[in-house]
Amino acid sequence: MKSDSHAHEPLDLSAIRAKLAAANGPQYWRSLEEVAQTPAFQEFLHREFPPDASVWEDGVSRRRFLQLMAASFALAGLSGCSQPEEEIVPYVRAPEEVVPGLPMFYATAMTLGGYALGLLVESHEGRPTKIEGNPQHPASLGATDLFAQASVLTLYDPDRSQVVIHAGEISTWSQFFAALTAAMATQTAAKGAGLRILTETITSPTLVSQLRAVLERFPQAKWHAYEPLARDNARAGARLAFGAEVETRYRFDQANVVLSLDADFLTSGPGWVRYARDFIDKRRVAAGRTDMNRLYAVESVPSNTGAMAEHRLCVPASRVEDFARAVAKELGVSVEGDIRLEPGHEKWIKAVVRDLLKNKGTSIVLTGDHQPPVVHALVHAINDALGNVGRTVIHTEPVAAGPGDQLQSLRELVSDMNAGKVELLVILGGNPVYDAPSDLRFADAMAKVKLRAHLGLYNNETARLCHWHVPETHYLESWSDARAFDGTVTIMQPLIAPLYRAKSAHEMMAALLGRPDQTSHDLVRDYWKAHGLADARLWRSALHDGVVPGTALAQKTVTLQKFKTQQTVNAAAGSSLEISFRPDVKLWDGRFANNGWLQELPHPITRVAWGNMAWIAPATAERLGLANGDVVELRLRGRAVQAPVWITPGQSEGAVSVALGYGRTHAGRVGNGAGFNACGLRSSDAPWFAGGLEVRKLGWRQTLATTQEHSSMEGRDLVRVGDLGEFRKNPAFARGGEKPPSLYPGWKYEGHAWGIAVDLTACIGCGACVLACQSENNIPVVGADQVARGREMHWLRIDRYYKGALDSPETVFEPVMCMHCENAPCEIVCPVGATVHSDEGLNAMVYNRCVGTRYCSNNCPYKVRRFNFYQYSDLKTPTAKLMNNPQVTVRNRGVMEKCTYCIQRIEAAKIAAAKENRPVREGEVATACQAACPTQAIVFGDINDPNSRVAKLKALPLNYGLLTELNTVPRTSYLARLRNPNPEMEG
Amino acid sequence: MNPNVPNPSTDAAASHSLLPRGHTYGSVTEKISEVVLTTRTPWSWLFGFSVGFTLLMVLMMAVAWLFYRGVGIWGVQVPVGWGFAIVNFVWWIGIGHAGTLISAILLLFRQEWRTSINRFAEAMTLFAVACAAIFPLLHLGRPWVFYWLFPYPDTMRLWPQWRSPLVWDVFAVSTYATVSFMFWYVGLLPDLGNMRDRARNRFVRVLYGMMAMGWRGAATHWHRYKIAYLLLAGLSTPLVLSVHSVVSMDFTIGIVPGWHSTIFPPYFVAGAIFSGFAMVMTLTIPVRKIYHLEEFFTIRHLDNMAKVLLATGMMVSYGYLMETFMAWYSHGKFEIYAVINRASGPYAVFFWAMIACNVLAPQVFWFKKARQHIPTLFVISLVVNLGMWLERFVIVIVSLHRDFMPSAWAMYYPTIWDWATLFGSIGLFLTLMLLFIRFLPMISMFELREQVAEQTEKKEAPR
Repeated sequence: MKSDSHAHEPLDLSAIRAKLAAANGPQYWRSLEEVAQTPAFQEFLHREFPPDASVWEDGVSRRRFLQLMAASFALAGLSGCSQPEEEIVPYVRAPEEVVPGLPMFYATAMTLGGYALGLLVESHEGRPTKIEGNPQHPASLGATDLFAQASVLTLYDPDRSQVVIHAGEISTWSQFFAALTAAMATQTAAKGAGLRILTETITSPTLVSQLRAVLERFPQAKWHAYEPLARDNARAGARLAFGAEVETRYRFDQANVVLSLDADFLTSGPGWVRYARDFIDKRRVAAGRTDMNRLYAVESVPSNTGAMAEHRLCVPASRVEDFARAVAKELGVSVEGDIRLEPGHEKWIKAVVRDLLKNKGTSIVLTGDHQPPVVHALVHAINDALGNVGRTVIHTEPVAAGPGDQLQSLRELVSDMNAGKVELLVILGGNPVYDAPSDLRFADAMAKVKLRAHLGLYNNETARLCHWHVPETHYLESWSDARAFDGTVTIMQPLIAPLYRAKSAHEMMAALLGRPDQTSHDLVRDYWKAHGLADARLWRSALHDGVVPGTALAQKTVTLQKFKTQQTVNAAAGSSLEISFRPDVKLWDGRFANNGWLQELPHPITRVAWGNMAWIAPATAERLGLANGDVVELRLRGRAVQAPVWITPGQSEGAVSVALGYGRTHAGRVGNGAGFNACGLRSSDAPWFAGGLEVRKLGWRQTLATTQEHSSMEGRDLVRVGDLGEFRKNPAFARGGEKPPSLYPGWKYEGHAWGIAVDLTACIGCGACVLACQSENNIPVVGADQVARGREMHWLRIDRYYKGALDSPETVFEPVMCMHCENAPCEIVCPVGATVHSDEGLNAMVYNRCVGTRYCSNNCPYKVRRFNFYQYSDLKTPTAKLMNNPQVTVRNRGVMEKCTYCIQRIEAAKIAAAKENRPVREGEVATACQAACPTQAIVFGDINDPNSRVAKLKALPLNYGLLTELNTVPRTSYLARLRNPNPEMEG
Repeated sequence: MNPNVPNPSTDAAASHSLLPRGHTYGSVTEKISEVVLTTRTPWSWLFGFSVGFTLLMVLMMAVAWLFYRGVGIWGVQVPVGWGFAIVNFVWWIGIGHAGTLISAILLLFRQEWRTSINRFAEAMTLFAVACAAIFPLLHLGRPWVFYWLFPYPDTMRLWPQWRSPLVWDVFAVSTYATVSFMFWYVGLLPDLGNMRDRARNRFVRVLYGMMAMGWRGAATHWHRYKIAYLLLAGLSTPLVLSVHSVVSMDFTIGIVPGWHSTIFPPYFVAGAIFSGFAMVMTLTIPVRKIYHLEEFFTIRHLDNMAKVLLATGMMVSYGYLMETFMAWYSHGKFEIYAVINRASGPYAVFFWAMIACNVLAPQVFWFKKARQHIPTLFVISLVVNLGMWLERFVIVIVSLHRDFMPSAWAMYYPTIWDWATLFGSIGLFLTLMLLFIRFLPMISMFELREQVAEQTEKKEAPR
């Protein structure tokens, strides 16, 4: 043993602590050895960067070798994870001492269309890895949507813009600032006459105050806002009905009857996560409660909301107005002109209205953002007539600030640019070159601006046409604030210092005002110092809770005024088709196009991943001779795009609907080329739907990556559905196919016995659980061709089955994860014992024992096992490594994997309980899918504990297991789906 | 009619006897050993070998790409986790049944007509088993840890999971391969000694000498040889029944509708013999023509094999019938669907092609004319080979692609690499077979000599 005497020196922890405490400013350390400057570490540095090359001596002792290995592992931590510099407040534990290996949670929020969703973000040693909802936030109540779950992938996306770019060349922030200062000098003289700022919808009080400051300094400057999915119609409708702009929010927890006039309020729009929760809570037939709410839906495009409806009608979007007018008329609202309804619809409306009248003050009528202002105004009048206003329908001041009519705002900007009035255009986020209505020719107009600067997460279509592009910070990297659908403010705290040299919108605005040194933190903190959070304790508690108390907007009393209800929409004339433009439930307006998780998530209705299609009704397909995947040319007013068709039951006959957000050309490696760009058909006078569409079959086909080829249950009782009346008569209607008799006694599970109950009445099929699972369990993305081959890796899938008529079938969703069968068929066939049973009833997968025979998958009747046919996990991209959950093994090629019931969470809870010498408490373990679910459809727990929620649910008469006749004894069970149809309309 | 009893009337018709008259010990040995030692390699051998070797190279490429990229290069997915690899495995292992059956069981039953085809059939068995054995290895997700399926002294004290039929499979196939090889090789020893003695080239002599393991033809050698051969025959006999029974359990133990059936073991064994005899026939017909061995591979042999084909074909048909009947009789909705899906689902054409090949085609062998018409025999043997491959396709893939959850149903499409591996394995088989024909006596010379002796003795006895 030579030269390793120092190796025996123990680390002086107190000295390390003192050293760290004495350090000023940001000090990042990777290992205790580094801080302590141990000889082993010094030695390693010397060897790695030798002053003169030293020779590797023979006879390196084993101990020495291990020392060097250890030091090199410590250095391997260099890959750059760092806490933000300012103090951020952990949600659960005080940050006095970071416990390595234990995650911490911080409250923040994510915005979509300006509206905030409160989140808790799990951070492992400074790396945000998983998004959870914030239970204290009114829009979340602990749940999340798809976009929030997937946002962590965007943070670590290697395709994100990383440097300032000037005319295609790499540049710096200071050079940009110099250019900006020069331009602003001219503008100062002109009072900003040539300055235009284009933003997306903004609810951030700090940013709004900054923009106001800019407008004050430059009174001639203009602030424009544009988002392709802006809520212009809702605002215009409010103006029409009340003479004032109001925000309308709904109290679904008070509503017994809901009529949706083409509103997909269960999977999109502000506050949908909360709405879904409230809506479903009114449907849950719990012990003692046998009432359910009832949903009527008139829809142009099949949606998750329509799938939940007891009574659903499909009509083209342009005909919804007639429904609104008919309902209004029935309720005594004066309506001009005649109402064109198809035979049978009148009877339907009369029955609905009778039901609404029975529930005056406890009903809601609402419409979608794409319906014209008059429909919104009519809906306001209907709610007024039903006495819902102030009870289930609440009006407040608008949440978003800035230009009310964004399309008009964009039009003005384009005409100013065309007129040469714009000298400096600053674009904060957004991608108008891609998503502006095609008739505005935004790119051509923008080319006339002398200096164009773009701030954005990606070097996208718009950035490429600007002189300057500045990378924007991700919301997990920067301070900001935002309002939720009810106005509640969240201070958004960063979880990680910017991975790249990015700037926030706040910093950009500060630069515009000549203060490039101001940080987002200071700007946000200063704003709130002046707005009620001056006290450091209040500030801390607002950060901790993720909400600023008392910021929800108060109810506003508005009076309905007389408005014109004349027909505004010209329905598609003659035999031509109507086209509807809709947000994509996965990519929204295209901003998430480079997110592989969202791209790969099968669409809840079509079960197709990686691309959009032109949805057509089965009858339309028959008429036009089209089959799934046939590529057609869609021609509207002289503009054309090519799109594959998808025959979608429930789509309104005579109408084609297309999702926005695809066909990006500069989204990044993931998003480029997926789908087609429907914006090419969209024009500013008909941004949502238009008649006169021509469809021409082109004669070739496109393979679409569908994950479910078969939509019929083939008479197998996989999803059991019953009416409320049936349930009242026979609560156990869904029972049957119970465990067959066996000669062998069952295994007795002492201690915990984990299980899941899935409430099919509650599942809205949104897919948040699937992405939560993907994020929690390091599930790789496999790409479109692999999905098309049937090799998607999702551990949890949501099956969608149709029942009944082809044109407007009943749609049901069923989340399927591993059943953790007590008699698991997969276990007995594995030749190497790579899948085994735990004493808590978990069917565990031992990845490093798996040889990959795939017999287990063949023998799994539920087909929940997933196989790594290739090396799917990204082992190369450095940022992808940061994103992984350190508690979960990253799987390699050739091994099987599947749902583990989030065993890492179970174990973490067991360890925590063992340390406190107590049993694991009920509710202490929540699987990722359960935590994300907006409607709490998934409940996990210990079925051996009779007081646990899951045990109580499983004891309900609605509880049944899948394929129990196979004697698999699944631990995952389902509560039959209940519907509450209007008896008057049945049969 | 017992072929052991010489019947003057059959003997009179040369074409119906097992051995033509007039052969002596010397002429038999001469005729068979000259194929290896003196005859110029016929062009047809070269042609066949070049085809086989090219296909073998295709296999090599496919395997290299497979190991580099992973099993994703094939069409397998979820739900069809087993694709061509398992289809090919079962197909080849089935083919590998004829040899042992002919050698061992027919030996024990003293069916003398086996003599001229047993060596050939055994070699075929061995090579078919070799082709089969590569597939379970190739189809693993991580083939480099294949040895985890064996019970070896692992430092972590891990053993295979004995309840899995795949482990039984490992034992069944490896035992079968070992015993078949030993049986074949022991049977070769006297002839290898003969080859050594006849070889003129020194190098060849040394080579055969080493392979002959010191065979001198001494009486003790013969004595021990006879005992060993009989013992090995006894050992092999149960294997003929067990191997494919165990292979069938790969399916029956699973709960997949279309797999989970108790009829599988006997039905698979019958199918294996069916396909094995078909393959022997496919190979002997061209070989007897090319090497002018019509005297040894007689019409009588072919006729007998056709009868075996007919009999086992009927057993296989009974299996199909019973599967359908049991689905109906069980009232199991999944089983019933599986049967309906086979016959009318997206892969129905494969099912009906299989019925045509395996049930209908062998029926012509009811007619003696067909049994003795060489082109008919050849075509039917090919058709049966194809049919048995289709049967495994129907069992493996069509059962898997639609099982319990309709949401998971999917179509299986093979890729170019699936085909490359299938044809590549045929290349491996052809190459090995042709090398065997070229370098080893393909007919057991000493056993033929025994027959000559018996024939002569019997003829002389009454006089």
